[in-house]
Amino acid sequence: MALQVKCATSFFFKVVNVAKVIVVTSGKGGVGKTTTSASFSTGLAMRGNRTVVIDFDVGLRNLDLIMGCERRVVYDIINVINGEASLNQALIKDKNCDNLYVLPASQTRDKEALKLEGVGKILDELKESFDFIVCDSPAGIESGAFNAMYYADEALVVTNPEVSSVRDSDRILGILAAKSKRAVDGAEPVKEHLLVTRYDPKRVNSGEMLSVADIQEILRIPLLGVIPESQMVLQASNSGTPAIHLEKSDVAEAYRDVVGRFMGEALPMRFTTEKAGFFKRLLGGN
Amino acid sequence: MNSEAPVFKIKTGHLPVLLLHVLTTDLELLKAQLALRLRQTPDFFASTPIVLELTAIADSAGAPDFSGLVAFMREHGMCASGVTGGSEDQRAAAVKSGLGLYPDAQIRIAMRRSTDGQGDASGEHRAAVATTATSPPEAAVLQVQPELPGLSGESASVAPVQPEISRDAAHPAAQERAVVRPTLVIDKPVRTGQSIYAEGANLVLLAIANAGSELIADGDIHVYAPLRGKAIAGAHGNQSARIFVNRLEAELLSIAGCFKVFEDGLPEAVRGKPAQIHLEGNRLVMQPLLD
Repeated sequence: MALQVKCATSFFFKVVNVAKVIVVTSGKGGVGKTTTSASFSTGLAMRGNRTVVIDFDVGLRNLDLIMGCERRVVYDIINVINGEASLNQALIKDKNCDNLYVLPASQTRDKEALKLEGVGKILDELKESFDFIVCDSPAGIESGAFNAMYYADEALVVTNPEVSSVRDSDRILGILAAKSKRAVDGAEPVKEHLLVTRYDPKRVNSGEMLSVADIQEILRIPLLGVIPESQMVLQASNSGTPAIHLEKSDVAEAYRDVVGRFMGEALPMRFTTEKAGFFKRLLGGN
Repeated sequence: MNSEAPVFKIKTGHLPVLLLHVLTTDLELLKAQLALRLRQTPDFFASTPIVLELTAIADSAGAPDFSGLVAFMREHGMCASGVTGGSEDQRAAAVKSGLGLYPDAQIRIAMRRSTDGQGDASGEHRAAVATTATSPPEAAVLQVQPELPGLSGESASVAPVQPEISRDAAHPAAQERAVVRPTLVIDKPVRTGQSIYAEGANLVLLAIANAGSELIADGDIHVYAPLRGKAIAGAHGNQSARIFVNRLEAELLSIAGCFKVFEDGLPEAVRGKPAQIHLEGNRLVMQPLLD
């Protein structure tokens, strides 16, 4: 009897636990989409989730560099769509995490080579063997970005604390709400998460940057996390290591928090206020 | 320096215009009747722009010989400026004859009906440029005919050339008056680059309208959240349309084509406050809403 119940629940889990497609998008370029895609997917994988991260920036592929696997790229997403390679041939196993795979973009084609149906087919195939599919969107609102977001179940909207970035994110949110597959099918809308990157509390306090509250007041979507501005992100990128692996860095901790919150943990927001200086701490201020 | 000063402006305007309802594709017959009527009042049309209303013949095959009609009209001082309504073929033929295309008049007429009796005299003066200056008194008389409700204060006045036509046109008007388009209610944020149009209806927005968004309604616009984008009420010329907003931070406000932009920010009295916007004559008035 007990055995029967166990079977029933495991069957139930199999049905419910379908793979989630998460798009990392922003509209604006250079805000940290690829950095976030790399760290976020790594974070998911470190927690034992079978994760694949796909570079949708055909023609300007970068994700493989940030993940440090550029020398292992043989086949890419366009090869798979055109039937020139199988998914297994194109997927690159991450060097740090067992559960993480990278599907690189093509460097030699342009974005038009990627077609919506082809993307749908690949995602369907990936859903069979992965828990999370992270789509690293290119900048802009053209076909490349559209392909990346169309099939999304959830969206990480990456925003810098400046008006133009917030405005572009607003535009992307509008497109997600109107043109994504979920919107077109009339299904439950894409779940939106706000991720503020390159946040510098000092410059926020001096009025040079928008505060998290300012950004939320405009975008009005739940805040998933705040990633502080850090020199170390550049080092991490250059060395082909996702920032989440950085030892003793705010950025890595912030990304770990983001993944934790995404998995449903209630973690307090950090890195939104200025760090107390040495003398200030000495004098008991905060 | 002077050469860089702008020497023209492009703006939308709402002027009354005479519509010539074409009820037959037989233009010889039309010309004959028109000639007969014009003989009684030779100076009836002094270079008055006329729009040919083709709805009645939209279902008939083929297109009338517009070039011939235009030439004939010009001889009698009527200046055909374009067509409205009609079939694809007819509109194409009109374009070929050098006529302009006006958007279908149906929407405008529907809007006019919904504001039956609300037009105020001052509004009429604002819009009535051609009526007072160049049109014959008869056109003004036709405007206040009970069969054509709400004309005063509206963007376009329909002044049928033949009296029996005006009656025919008025009857469907009376029937359709009961049909009111339901208010368009939006409960999701309207974001940059998005545009919402409440055609022939009021628009109610329960979420934010962000900078770079566009709200358009033929009727009123209500926003129960911050309004940061553009709001265009009375898009088809309804001057009694109003905008009500919970927190006014708009980029542009417009009622019946009369608009304001806020390069230097909104006036202190209404900025970030609940407010209503309406038209007083030619002026867009923004008032804080008192609780």
